[in-house]
Amino acid sequence: MFADLPLLSLLIWLPILGGFWVLAVGRNDSSAPVARAVALLVSIVTFVLSLPLFFAFDSSTAAMQFSEKLAWIPNFHIYYSLGVDGFSMPLIVLTSFMTILVILAGWEVIQYKVAQYMAAFLIMEGLMIGVFAALDAILFYVLWEAMLVPMFIIIGVWGGQRRVYATIKFFLYTFLGSVFMLIALLYLYSVSNSFDILAYHKQALPMNVQVWIFFAFLVAFAVKVPMWPVHTWLPDAHVEAPTGGSVILAAIMLKLGAYGFLRFSLPITPDASHALEGMMITLSLIAVVYIGFVALAQQDMKKLIAYSSISHMGFVTLGFFTTYMITAHSNPASAAMAVEGGMVQMVSHGFISGALFLCVGVLYDRMHSRQIGDYGGVANTMPRFAMFAVFFGMANSGLPGTSGFVGEFLVILSSFKANFWIAFLAATTLILGAAYTLWMVKRVIFGKIANDHVKELTDIGARETLILTILAVTVLAFGIYPAPLLDVMHTTVQHLLEHISHTKVL
Amino acid sequence: MTLAVTDFAVVMPEIFLLTMACLVLVIDVYLPETMRNLTYQLSQGTLIGTALFIVAMYPTKPVLAMNNMFVSDQMGALLKLFICGIVFMAFIYSRGYLRDRNLLKGEFFVLGLLATLGMLVMVSAHTFLTIYLGLELLSLSMYALVALNRDSAQSSEAAMKYFVLGALASGMLLYGISIIYGVTGQMDLAAVANAIKADHEHHTALVFGVVFIVVGLGFKFGAVPFHMWVPDVYQGAPTPVTLLISSAPKLAAFAMLMRLLVDGMQHLHADWQGMIIVLSVLSMAIGNLVAIAQSNIKRMLAYSTISHVGFLMLGILTATKTGYAAAMFYTIVYTLMSLGGFGVILLLSRAGFEADKLDDFKGLNARNSWFAFIMLILMLSMAGMPPLLGFWAKWAVLSELINSGFMWIAITAVMFSVIGAYYYLRIIKLMYFDKPEDTNPLTADNDMQVALSVNGLAILFLGLVPQGLLTVCLTSLG
Repeated sequence: MFADLPLLSLLIWLPILGGFWVLAVGRNDSSAPVARAVALLVSIVTFVLSLPLFFAFDSSTAAMQFSEKLAWIPNFHIYYSLGVDGFSMPLIVLTSFMTILVILAGWEVIQYKVAQYMAAFLIMEGLMIGVFAALDAILFYVLWEAMLVPMFIIIGVWGGQRRVYATIKFFLYTFLGSVFMLIALLYLYSVSNSFDILAYHKQALPMNVQVWIFFAFLVAFAVKVPMWPVHTWLPDAHVEAPTGGSVILAAIMLKLGAYGFLRFSLPITPDASHALEGMMITLSLIAVVYIGFVALAQQDMKKLIAYSSISHMGFVTLGFFTTYMITAHSNPASAAMAVEGGMVQMVSHGFISGALFLCVGVLYDRMHSRQIGDYGGVANTMPRFAMFAVFFGMANSGLPGTSGFVGEFLVILSSFKANFWIAFLAATTLILGAAYTLWMVKRVIFGKIANDHVKELTDIGARETLILTILAVTVLAFGIYPAPLLDVMHTTVQHLLEHISHTKVL
Repeated sequence: MTLAVTDFAVVMPEIFLLTMACLVLVIDVYLPETMRNLTYQLSQGTLIGTALFIVAMYPTKPVLAMNNMFVSDQMGALLKLFICGIVFMAFIYSRGYLRDRNLLKGEFFVLGLLATLGMLVMVSAHTFLTIYLGLELLSLSMYALVALNRDSAQSSEAAMKYFVLGALASGMLLYGISIIYGVTGQMDLAAVANAIKADHEHHTALVFGVVFIVVGLGFKFGAVPFHMWVPDVYQGAPTPVTLLISSAPKLAAFAMLMRLLVDGMQHLHADWQGMIIVLSVLSMAIGNLVAIAQSNIKRMLAYSTISHVGFLMLGILTATKTGYAAAMFYTIVYTLMSLGGFGVILLLSRAGFEADKLDDFKGLNARNSWFAFIMLILMLSMAGMPPLLGFWAKWAVLSELINSGFMWIAITAVMFSVIGAYYYLRIIKLMYFDKPEDTNPLTADNDMQVALSVNGLAILFLGLVPQGLLTVCLTSLG
């Protein structure tokens, strides 16, 4: 039934055109309610349209599905080529899901240039879905870069005190990373005479070339993930971004970097990935352990969650790059578990970090402070909110039964097959994560009412309850029964591991 | 020396333009002040007519005319069409500004038309002399235009500086040409190419000549280290004149470069390649770094121009057809962006207010979100953000560099692009993130608003479907 519809194109262009529609109807601030309504409508329709991807997805094949291919710039072999596999499909659904919540989250708080705010998120949604769906390297690059612009504006216009510094840093950091990827892609074109990403997967490359290309991709993706030591833009961007911006940054944008490793680095340069696995594992562990300690020291709630994000993303890259070591010491099934663990961690982190940023947003809207020290005893005045905050705090520290547990558990379990000490260091996150998250929850939520401002707080309304309930249900659902998520990516993971086990050096 | 009727047919666009320019000059003298708009309309009609002649004479293969002084080929015809179009748009943008300052005189349009004629002659030149003729016609018109506002000390200073340095550059170019002529004994570019190919004894002398020609070209393009006139002239000239200098003449300069270095001296390619690399890298470095320090937007765009010139010359150094096509594509895209950028400055300015400070862009989004959006597109395109046209220009050149093995130059180029992105972002920051200081409504003629919108949207839509323009550039180079 859906086979005839250009579903992926719809998912890309509907939000983008919808964004321009929002701009058109909401040109002055008096028409803001219309702009909000249209934006919500567009985001819900997009989400509904993304559901067939999940339900009609054939999890028995690793081939690209829902494919579309049109000539774009045929002179240079550039095609408008789309398709999804088990890696990109869940992330597309995640994107369209989170966008609805972000639009709802900005419903009352955003009062300045409402239409532009809503439109920026919708346009960004279309671009991000496009990045996940793109199978042509130039199409991928175009969308990857274009995505920066709405985020740049969101942080810069609706952000906090130091928003200009944060947003320019965010932009230049990511831009610098990406241009090296462009060089790598152009080089691959000069070798293969094609911009087809799947053709790059098959392209044989000598080792030294692979290493150069690997580093070019690494710069682009490591900045986006972000990996230590190129993570410094993230705390700034998160802290200064409006709540919606933080949610999209944490839930989707960081995933793009990790997705890049799966789509580009590992399959295009498998031998270089193998040779440099030690470096990648070390960087991932530094992110997990060191950044975990950094998070412990934060006074600003958003900064704390930002560092927590970096630490959790370290798990994702750890899962991806331990595969070689696991395969060498154990069986491919464990290696598959590591990659799947990383993928589950990506999706789960999308929900949990998004929820945490929304929780901070709830507090910030009322008190206009993100400092932990300004709070205390919030549970007394906001009991319903406290329930959600504690729940998401638990999920962030990896409590069994929440989705946060599944990914971390899979990665730690499989990394034992690689090396005890890697697993040991990775497992410290269970303690560290619990420490920084629960300590923050304790200081903010529990205890005596700290001051008069906290005393005057009002509990969350229906809109906020709705958003947080949806997220809580999702986190629980994937925590208790992650099988649907694992099923859709299983074949794709197998295929990737099979692919990267063969050398491309001739 | 005989001339056939067919010779005149080939030169028809230029003849028409010259006749009309003279006509406009005469008519304008007898026009009362209230009917000054007629001059404007006649000039625009002239440009449309010239463009129609170019389309009508569009060559399928290169045709030589006027005793091989003049060549009509597809590259030339395409560049000429864009020159006419850009000048046409520039006149639309300029009218309101000039009227507000009591500068809406016939001189502006007549000199503009003569400069256009000079550009067309440069584009179609096939001998050293024709190139020089066109170049001087363009330059002299421009010197006078810069001093259009004769009561402004700044304009006069800029004009003087432009004139002295421009004359020096012309001198360099002539010196180089005379050396090449001395060795080869030829003025005709095709004959020069053959003579250079056959010559094995005077290589040093030829390279010596090429050095001076490259210096002359560098001056005209505004490439570092021959860029010193660019910021001062851009800042000092009345904004409409800056718009004229920064846009269409780059197309003519590109044609001149192609005629001289590629058509005439392709066999010395190994020698001029290194010089172009130095000019390019220096231009990108100085242009992008110094632009960051500017507080005047015209000056900032001047340094931005310098960096773009550096980037586009990279396409030439690969010495392949596709490389030239990439450079040509870059030049055309650059002129469209520059046109729009100065157009927005003209839009913001009004009687007694120049809008040439960066701070004048503060809060433009709150004042007029549509034109803030247009400027956003233009700035991002200049920074090379996809999917805008400016990205494809950079992409085309980088792609050619990497195909030809100039990996390190490509990496240098993208590094400077990232640095350059900063000052374009700063404009966006001023427009979107800051509160407006100036709350006067924008007052511009409707035709200007429409033209500027079309200009900005063209950058966006041609960026979404760049196939057409890329293909045209490729095929026009054969």
